[in-house]
Order: sequence, then C-alpha cells, then structure tokens
Amino acid sequence: MAIKKFATATYSDEAVLFDAVKKTRGEGYKIHDVYTPFAIHGLDEALGYKVSDLHVAGFIYGLTGTCTALGFMGAIFTTWWPQNFGGKPHFPLPAFIPITFELTVLFAAVGMVLTFCYLCQIMPGVKKHIFNPRQTDDKFVMAIEVNDSNAGAVEGFMKTTGAEHTDVQVAEADWWYGLWSNKEDYEESNNTQTQEVI
Amino acid sequence: MHLKYESYVREALVDGKKDYHQVTEDICAPIENKPTKLWRLGFLISLSLLGFGVFSIAWEVWLGTGVWNLNRTIGWGWDITNFVWWVGIGHAGTLISAILLLFRQGWRTGVNRAAEAMTIFAVMCAGQFPIWHMGRVWDAFFVLPYGNSRGPLWPNFVSPLLWDVFAISTYFTVSLLFWYAGLIPDFATIRDRAKTKFRKNAYGIASFGWAGSAKHWQRHEYLSLVLAGLSTPLVLSVHTIVSFDFATSVIPGWHTTIFPPYFVAGAVFSGFAMVQTLLIITRKVLNLQDYITIGHLEAMNKVILVTGSIVGVAYITELFIAYYSGVLWEQEAFRLRVMGPYWWAYWAMMTCNVVSPQLFWFKTLRRNIWFTFFMSIIVNIGMWFERFVIIMSLHRDYLPSSWSYYTPSWPEIGFYLGSFGLFFTCYFLFAKYFPVIAIAEIKFILKTSGDKYKEEMTPIDEQSEESFIEEQAHHH
Repeated sequence: MAIKKFATATYSDEAVLFDAVKKTRGEGYKIHDVYTPFAIHGLDEALGYKVSDLHVAGFIYGLTGTCTALGFMGAIFTTWWPQNFGGKPHFPLPAFIPITFELTVLFAAVGMVLTFCYLCQIMPGVKKHIFNPRQTDDKFVMAIEVNDSNAGAVEGFMKTTGAEHTDVQVAEADWWYGLWSNKEDYEESNNTQTQEVI
Repeated sequence: MHLKYESYVREALVDGKKDYHQVTEDICAPIENKPTKLWRLGFLISLSLLGFGVFSIAWEVWLGTGVWNLNRTIGWGWDITNFVWWVGIGHAGTLISAILLLFRQGWRTGVNRAAEAMTIFAVMCAGQFPIWHMGRVWDAFFVLPYGNSRGPLWPNFVSPLLWDVFAISTYFTVSLLFWYAGLIPDFATIRDRAKTKFRKNAYGIASFGWAGSAKHWQRHEYLSLVLAGLSTPLVLSVHTIVSFDFATSVIPGWHTTIFPPYFVAGAVFSGFAMVQTLLIITRKVLNLQDYITIGHLEAMNKVILVTGSIVGVAYITELFIAYYSGVLWEQEAFRLRVMGPYWWAYWAMMTCNVVSPQLFWFKTLRRNIWFTFFMSIIVNIGMWFERFVIIMSLHRDYLPSSWSYYTPSWPEIGFYLGSFGLFFTCYFLFAKYFPVIAIAEIKFILKTSGDKYKEEMTPIDEQSEESFIEEQAHHH
C-alpha cells in the first residue's frame, strides 16, 4: 500500500491509444497501467506484457480433479467399501468416466476463477483508484508514475501523444477495502497506518 | 491480431448510429430507470406462480409422494419429464456462450448474457424435480460422497442417477462462474456511472473492484477462452448423462445407444426456442432492438432448423431400428408410442418438433418476429412432449395386470407451474438489475460490426488486394 503520484492521459479512440503507447515506451517512460472499457487485442503485446500462464494453472487444477475423482472412487470401491454389483469389477474404469470428467472440469473452472481473482487482486469489497470514471465507459486512460520534479515534464509529453485530457493525480496504487460511495474512506481505513508513519 | 475490417456485405450486428458511450447508455438505461408497470405486473405474476409451486411442494412433502399420481408401473411422471425439459433448455445458453465463442461467431455477443442467465435459472428449476421426488427430502444430502457417520457407506458411483448429481451441480457451478466472470467488467461500468449511493456501493461490491487494467483484461480473455473450452465438452456431457438415466436401463424404448446425441440435439433445439421466446420480449420491453437484431433471431432460427432436423432423423431412426432389430419388446414399445394410449403425445411431438421447424427453410419466415415467437412456443411444447413420450414408455410393462395410464395430479401441475414461477422471478430480477447485454463485448465488436462503422468500410472494400494486405499487416 503506497500513495503515489501519477500523470494520466485520457484518449477517446483505441487507435490513438496504440500510437501513444508505442511513442511513450519508445521515449523510455515506464507505463504504470493502461485502463480500457473493454479488451483490446494486441494491447498487451504493445505494452510488452508476457503471455498469461493462467491456462497452465487451469491444467494443473484439472489434473488434480481427475486424480481426486479416480483416487476416491477407486479407494472406496476396492478398499473402504467393496460392494458386489452383480459380479462387476471393483474398479470399473468406463463407469467412472462421467464423474471423473465432471470433477476435472469443476476443479479446473473453480481453480482458474479463484486464481484469476487472486492475480488481479479483485474480490467483493475491494476498492481501487479510478483515474477517470469513464475508463469503464468509453475512454482509454494511460497512467505513468511521477515524482514532484518530473510531473510537469511527463504531463507535457503526454499532451503530445494525442491525449484528449491530461492531469496529475495523487492516488493509492494498490487496493484497499472500502465503500465505493465514500470518497474519503482510504484515509479513514488507513488512519492508524498513516499515524505510525508520522 | 484482431482484424479491423469486416465487409459491409455481412449484416451489421449493432444497428443505429452508436458510439461506445451510446452503447453504455442504452444497456444501462433499464437498470437506472424505475421499473415499468409491465415489469411490476410480470414480476407479481411470477411470484404468485412461485408461491403456488411452494405450496404444491409443501403439500407433497407433508403427505408424501403418494399425492402424485405415480404408481408401481409409471414411477416417473411429470416430475422427471420437467427435469429433463428444464435441463435441456439450459443447454442453449452454454452453446451460445462457449461453443460460439470458440467458433468466433460475432453475433453471440448480443444474446450471450441473457442466454447464460437463462441457463442458470433453467438448471435451478431442473434441480428441484429430482430433489423433491426423493420424498424424504431431508435425506437428500445422502447423494453426496462425504466422510459419514453411517459406517463406511458411500453412494453408488456407477449409477447414472449419481452421475446426474455430479453433472448437474458441475454444470450449474461452471455456468455461474463463466457468467459472473463476464459480468464483472459490466458491473464496474454501472458502478462508475452510478448516481445513487446505494447503487454505487452495491455494484461496487458486485464488480469486485474491477478497474479495467490492460493486464487484467489479458487474463480475463484467457479465462473466458479456457472456460469456454471447458464448458463445450461439459454441455455435451450433461445431457449425455441425463440420457444415460434412460439408456443404461433395460426398459424397451429406453435401452438405445442413440440417446446421447439425440438428447443433446434436442436440448439445444429446445434451448434456442426458449432463448427466442425470452429475447423477443426482452428486446421489445427494454428497447434493445438495435442490439438484438432480426439478424440475431435469424441466426438462432437456423440453429433451430438444424437441430430440429437432427431430432427428426433420430425419431425415424428409432422407429427403424425397433423394426430392424427384430426384438418383440422393442417393436411393441414403439408401436404403443405411435398408436397406443399415448398416441396423442407422440403426434404432438412429431408435429411440433419435426414438421413445423421445416418452415424455417423460408427466409421470410426466419426473419418474421411474430412467426419466430409462435414457433419458439411450439418447439418448447414439442420438446416437453418428447420427454413425456419417452417416460410414458413405462405404461406397459412385462406384466399385463400392471398396465396403467397416468394423468398428473394437482400438486404435480402446481410443481411445474412453480418452476415457471422460479424461472421468471429470477429472469425479471435479472432484466432489471443486471446488464442484459454484455456491454464490454458489444464495444469489442462495435468498430467491425456496428452499423455506423460499416459505412467507413467502403473505401477499404475498394482498395486493391496488395494495399489492403499492406495496411492490415501494419495495423498498430
């Protein structure tokens, strides 16, 4: 948790945003984040982000589900409670397929969604700083972390990238718990911490 | 990379002169406005149906399953008919959200949110029937495999009825997660434009604190893709397993290998019909005709035509195989379906499912809203009769003295009406408080498939092939 200073630029078209991202990175600025109202294909590459490994996690969760289903059903039918169903085998693999498949899918899906929430640090009650309330509507926002000495220069550069609007904001870079209707709740919920720092 | 060009020959998926902001305005309007009189009336009717359903179930639980007209010969009646019918309806939502995502069908964006909601509500309704059919419903948890205090006693993992428990609960969970993952960014949109304190906080919690970061969107895309990949075999497995409830038994007319594909096709068939019924009303009441266009309805009618034809082939194959197998019991079961005491159900099924969808070969009928709405009702009636016909194979068993005829009692009818109450109560709440169309996904396709942007495609269409490739390759 840290309060930082950001220069932000707002764009109204994703094509302009792409050129601005390219130009900003070319100039050597480190982009804190880009906020868009919908997924834009190719933006992650333009920002130099690596491919997500979320699907690898999904595969591991799925495999866990497979092993859990086969392990439990096998243990129950051969060891814990061996029943004789009309002389059929105690480990009838074909008859185990439906439940094994369902548990594979269930584990993979639940695990992936939880991992997604963890990686993005999102859950009910979490609050994050919104640089521009229209970044979830129709505007595209780029934020660069600045300090007192270079804030003006960075904002000046951003004006040359085709931005519709630029400003400098002081904001919490991370997330905190709070109600979205309460503008001042960050200070309130972190009151004790701030005092310790002082 | 996403191609920023789509020929004007392809029909626009978003009509009217829309930009990103207008999309947000249009889809958020029903949430931010006061509910209309029509909504209140519909909600009240749904609630009363639900209330009657609760009363019918309470009656059944208090007095026992004996109040249903089931007997020794016909052990499954309306309850299991309705169970299979509701599960089948759910399948269209997953087909639209998952399979059409993998096939990159742009038109799914207009209808996927409502269709997935329909899936979840339909599965909720379906789940009621086997649970209350248990009679001693307080022991329903016995189906769960847990370390128990009843000695080393476990459920039978090789029973299709237990497979159903796993299939339906997994299907419900995964559909819910998939649906909610898509809702998170749209809730954030509503949150950031909320005027009232309550709405800001409620959607703030519902949106999980989503801010639209580029990295998060990247992960979100991966999540959607993998969940779609998981849901695709899942949706096929669910109705396959439901069909195993019949196919693994040794009842003539049930014990056939054609059941899994035929059940899945029928499920998609009835599901799309229900999507049509709901969306034709929704688009009119919520004023969303620009997003759910005639083109969308036509695309779904094509799916109904294909799956209806598959179902028709399956019915005829069943009859042929019964004749060709030379098995007396099988032949008699099918003779009774066509000409026995339940001949009326069989012919209602044949007319509604096989004959009437063939009218969709005509383009004017596919694009006619009133006809589509009428047909969607017909198909749903037909598919209900299909399940009824299959289950009523029980009315003649091996012992002629046990032959019987079944009509539902009032608690069975009340239970069925109650499931409609549950379904529509949920759907009315959804239509009022949730974005009925996936806002972010519409914006994603707007610049390629929006009516406004289609006009700008003309200069690109007139380009020479070389300069087109050159320009697209250097896009971004």
